[in-house]
Amino acid sequence: MSIVVGQEAFAAAVLDPTLPVPAGVVSYRGDADEKRFAVYRNNVHVGLVGVVAAKYPVCATLVGEEFFTAMARLYVASHKPTSPIMMHYASDFAAFIEGFEGARPVPYLADVARLEQAWSVAYNARDEQPLSIGHLASLAAEDLGSFGLAAHPAAALVRSAYPIGSIWSAHHAAGVAVRPGAESVLVSRPGAEVNVTVIPSADAGFCGELLSGATIAAAAAHTLDQHPDFDFGRALVGLSSIGAFSSSTRKD
Amino acid sequence: MNRVSSVVLAASLLSALAGASVTGAVAQDATEKCYGVALAGQNDCAAGPGTTCAGTSVIDYQGNAWKAVPSGTCLTMSLDGDRKGALEALDRDLPQA
Repeated sequence: MSIVVGQEAFAAAVLDPTLPVPAGVVSYRGDADEKRFAVYRNNVHVGLVGVVAAKYPVCATLVGEEFFTAMARLYVASHKPTSPIMMHYASDFAAFIEGFEGARPVPYLADVARLEQAWSVAYNARDEQPLSIGHLASLAAEDLGSFGLAAHPAAALVRSAYPIGSIWSAHHAAGVAVRPGAESVLVSRPGAEVNVTVIPSADAGFCGELLSGATIAAAAAHTLDQHPDFDFGRALVGLSSIGAFSSSTRKD
Repeated sequence: MNRVSSVVLAASLLSALAGASVTGAVAQDATEKCYGVALAGQNDCAAGPGTTCAGTSVIDYQGNAWKAVPSGTCLTMSLDGDRKGALEALDRDLPQA
């Protein structure tokens, strides 16, 4: 007997337990076998839960394996991969955590997930030389303010009302103290290693404006409005040396 | 133009650069790509076409997979079986096609 089953029908049935076993998928006895097909469904489900756990190891440690797996199973049940490339899967897990009633007692969990998502993007981003300190020096002229700085492909800013940078670091190195308070983190990969750097609040506001396309003058002016003692030069040199930017463009 | 003049910004940048240029130069050269030294699955990048790169080497000391190591240590580190690291991809220890 020749069996031709559409891949799409098979994939749909694997992902949705309410669908019947697709026509043409039969056991050796020649009939559709719900229990055997359920093995496929379970393998796919468990595999996707494993992807979520691998991508968010600090979150998993924070809430414990049992809680995390239960939460990841709920996520997988309602979020199917949109790409065959698994590094893109569960990119919106932080938003899911935010809406998940059971995670309310751990209010910083969603932001730690945002940091881990940014880490994953940075890890897999294409290699690119960050804007060098030498290039920065060449911009230090009368028209400095009219330049914009393009975001480095690995760079991402995560701002939180919680000390997410310290929490993350405490899971990667010994002797990190976690104190209550807001933290802003710049995730970057100027070379081979991903860097997670806690940056001052004023620098984070400045960096956020530049990463979303503001000119240096506009970003500096807004930051100085809110932080009159903002040290522009130190911030720009610091952010560049962490690998926040890739190139400069004249905007006007 | 905003109320912050570029002259003021440039001056602030230059004074910060005066203190930072040395550390910046050191930080950029802190590591080098070293081929043929990573254990299976522990490479940082480059393990042949069609892979997602990091963590994809399948054999120990795979010649076309590299790991970031402190600068200056790649060529001098000694490995199992008299192997040496290299700054370019190697022909040895490649997985079977």
